[in-house]
Amino acid sequence: MAKSKLFTISEDRSLYPELDDNGKPIVDLSSHKYVKLWQGPQHPGITGNMSLELTVSGDEIVESKTHVGYLHRGFEKLLERRLFIQCMPTSIRMCVAEPDTNEYVISNAIEELGGIEVPEMAQWLRTLSLEMARLQVLLRGVPGQAGTFALGLGYQWGNYLRDLILDSFEELTGGRVYHMYIIPGGVRGLLPAGFKERMEEKLKLIDEFVVKLDKLMFQNVVFESRAKGLGYIPKEWIDKYGVYGPSARAAGVMRDVRKTNPYLKYAELDFEPYTTTESDVYARSEVRYNDLIMTVDLIRQIMAKMPETGEIKAETPNVLHWKIPKGETYSKCESSRGEYGMYFVTDGSTMPRRVNLKGPSYTHANALLDRLLINANISDTAAIMVSLATCPPEIER
Amino acid sequence: MQDTINNLKERFDATDLVERRSNFAFITVPKNKAIAAITYLKELGGFTTLTLITAVDWDEEGLMQLTYLLNDPNKTLEIGLRIFISRDGEEMDSAHHLWPNVEVYQRELKEMFGINFPGSPNINDNFILEGWDDTPPNRRDFDTKKYAEETFFPRPGRQTHDPAEHMKKNMYPKNPADYTNKKYNPNR
Repeated sequence: MAKSKLFTISEDRSLYPELDDNGKPIVDLSSHKYVKLWQGPQHPGITGNMSLELTVSGDEIVESKTHVGYLHRGFEKLLERRLFIQCMPTSIRMCVAEPDTNEYVISNAIEELGGIEVPEMAQWLRTLSLEMARLQVLLRGVPGQAGTFALGLGYQWGNYLRDLILDSFEELTGGRVYHMYIIPGGVRGLLPAGFKERMEEKLKLIDEFVVKLDKLMFQNVVFESRAKGLGYIPKEWIDKYGVYGPSARAAGVMRDVRKTNPYLKYAELDFEPYTTTESDVYARSEVRYNDLIMTVDLIRQIMAKMPETGEIKAETPNVLHWKIPKGETYSKCESSRGEYGMYFVTDGSTMPRRVNLKGPSYTHANALLDRLLINANISDTAAIMVSLATCPPEIER
Repeated sequence: MQDTINNLKERFDATDLVERRSNFAFITVPKNKAIAAITYLKELGGFTTLTLITAVDWDEEGLMQLTYLLNDPNKTLEIGLRIFISRDGEEMDSAHHLWPNVEVYQRELKEMFGINFPGSPNINDNFILEGWDDTPPNRRDFDTKKYAEETFFPRPGRQTHDPAEHMKKNMYPKNPADYTNKKYNPNR
């Protein structure tokens, strides 16, 4: 299933296990044909703290099992003992790379159950902050895919530009990585003076970077020959395995919450998420690359369309005594990896009854990755994993 | 959406409908009809994607709520099925035959809430915790603070100092009153 041009699957299948009806191999370790190999939890080819228990025959993976548990901090449990406003600094730490999506989904859930209407200016600023978050993730994530094939230069360029976006976050929110800009009721502040001009200068640098990145990645014969055909996801697996975001769009299936369930101000913006049908690592990289270009365009559109000033926060009850009536909801948005949602239950007290975070990595890194790695070469493991953008904190919470 | 809800009410005795948004509703289904209702929604209702499975512990009522959130990607509809079981060891039927990732959710629920799903593959494997034999940690009666105090504190070499007392002792060992005088003397 997962073969690239460089590594072909051996024709002689006598050394390899037979597959059962579900496509899973029947492995008999006592036959001495196979070796167990652990990739992770400390490994440069692993996204975050998780590990893969690989069973290999020669260079080929015959079975893979994802192990998580190296990063469990019990966030969902901790949130049950926090006031709603105290949930903010805890919840954003559930995803380090893109914390703003956490801010949005939890604030949105609290507002929905608490019956709070967010002012228009705050909605524009929320949209801007979510797109800036996506941009800083993609600036590292897109060239990071080439990094899994030992092409590390683009990653360094992207990291520099990401730092510039973090500077903008610092201007806007005071924080570089964790912002807590989106809070229940609205946002914490307006744009500082001259923010738009400074952001435009940075976006111009990103425009230049995108051209260079195209030459470095997509016109590079090493990247092309290793990524094309690798980690193929059939279209019918999208619903079956729960594939979201860019990974689904690479298979020709439109999965983008911004388009399918428009929230905030996305309905007023002009954009069309890129889709393709090849559904391999190369196609997923292409989709993310086009997402990067689209995000730059969206930030420009937001800055042009948003009002100069306005009310940024609706009136909320005293946050130290805020009780929300009994209810439950599911609040979602589109992160750089796909649909990112939060199931939120209240019981009429000052604290949430239950919070459950659902990121795309939960399905991507468990059932899907286990299945995709069968027949892949050991050296392609990191590439397949990074192409699914797995993020262990989303799984363990 | 209304057709689906009517069907759930008629065929599967669904009750307690809460329409959260025009395309999103929660509804309660009895346990003995839950898997049939989920299968109906997946195969005939167009709800082909499983968004999540999770549990809510209502310990005051002695109930455990299981929530299955399903999504219809073509019509962008979402439905949350609530199933109530007793929190004292009652088992739930497994749905692992419907989606491959259900197995992972059920393993997590077994570990974190102590809900068993007989027949689910690898249900007894560790998911996040390793060698855990205490109360399942996401149940309401598991006290995280008490557990942390018993397990992690006091640890040798790890003492807590009251900053004021510490400074008084170390900075003014001969006359601790000096510290107090300096700290609170408004004319200093």
